[in-house]
Amino acid sequence: MTGLPEHLADLRAAAPPHLLPGVLHRVGLADHYAIRPSILGPVFVAFTRRGVSRVDLAGDPAGFEAAYLARFGRAVVPADAPPPRLAATVDRALGAGRTRGIPVDPAGLSEFQAAVLRSAAGIPPGEIRPYAWVAREIGRPGSGRAVGNALAANPVPLVVPCHRVVRADGRFGRYSLGADESKRVLLAAEGLEIEALEALTSRGVRYLGSATTRIYCHPTCRHARRITASRRAEFRSPGEAARAGFRPCRDCRPATA
Amino acid sequence: MRPRGGIEALPAALAADRDAAFPLLVRALIDGVYSGALRLLGNSADAEEVTQEAFLRAYRALGRYPAARVGELRLREWVWTIAANLCRNRARDRRRRGEETLDPEAALPDPAPGPEARALASAGSGALAAHLARLPWPQRAAVVLRHVTGLPHAEIAAALGRPVGTVKSDVHRGLQQLRRQLEEEEG
Ligand SMILES: [Zn+2]
Repeated sequence: MTGLPEHLADLRAAAPPHLLPGVLHRVGLADHYAIRPSILGPVFVAFTRRGVSRVDLAGDPAGFEAAYLARFGRAVVPADAPPPRLAATVDRALGAGRTRGIPVDPAGLSEFQAAVLRSAAGIPPGEIRPYAWVAREIGRPGSGRAVGNALAANPVPLVVPCHRVVRADGRFGRYSLGADESKRVLLAAEGLEIEALEALTSRGVRYLGSATTRIYCHPTCRHARRITASRRAEFRSPGEAARAGFRPCRDCRPATA
Repeated sequence: MRPRGGIEALPAALAADRDAAFPLLVRALIDGVYSGALRLLGNSADAEEVTQEAFLRAYRALGRYPAARVGELRLREWVWTIAANLCRNRARDRRRRGEETLDPEAALPDPAPGPEARALASAGSGALAAHLARLPWPQRAAVVLRHVTGLPHAEIAAALGRPVGTVKSDVHRGLQQLRRQLEEEEG
């Protein structure tokens, strides 16, 4: 009888899909993920030894695991919760927008994207900055469009608050987690007064100054929000503010000092 | 970051950064190791455990070896040295305990239609895997590694610690024995 070798070759089988993640888990090389509540609903949060590596809307676990493997070249397996040192800070970020001090695993990020995310991570809750501001902050003025792309590809939305970076004209722009509309939901949850802001930007106002301190700010900066209405000056550009004798705020840095 | 290219580039990558390259090693070899273990042991539960254990041992060994040695490894035959040994021990333990190891999943998948397939099917080839399990260990190992996992004779010889000539004759005699078993069933 011939054909026996061919039939033996047909006995070759693909390993079951859970076996590779299982092997990497056994040797301690798999990443892990847990499901956590967030302002936008349940999310998958994946983490490595170095920090949070991925945040995505919770859906089909197998789909998330496959996409993770494809994107990072590493297996990810379910865990009950993030490690204790991460759990509390992650939950504060997801539930309340308090995003400071969460370690993010930079593996797979370009230097540019890592710089963009570091800059966005420094924007306080309830405040927003334009794409061009991030570009200038990271020493790449004029790269606002690339900043937009980097933020749209943010692997860890909510944890790195890319939703706080918006278009100069006051429109919110793209968002990396679900619908673009989610950006508005998050900023409102953080206390941003969206209607008041839109009233300013629709009139072309981009900066607010205090006639008392002679300092001007991005309108959402905590210092700008404290300016009494009678002492408030409105500017369309840093040049206009400078000509009026105002200097830029050191916290929200509307222009290089 | 992630080294590109096939398994040829892996020894150097493993020597440079074990943790970065090890997942690539597992991806490159896991289907072959699992398939071989499945046909050597006759059931998927044992095959999965052996596969996990083999890669775990490989990972630990890579941590003990000096980088120069890792860089020179012939990875497939090396992993199979570990896996074949685990398979042999497990098969022996099962036999000693008198356990039946074949499960339905391990049986032949739907054969491609054709005269060969029909001949094998009429000979009861749903149990080709079962016939494999009846071969004496050296022949079974040689046949499975040669024809199921597709290893060259030299790599099989290294993995099983037997001379190449012996491996070739084990493959040959194993196939003969399988044919005899299939014919007996047919007759
Ligand atoms: Zn300010």
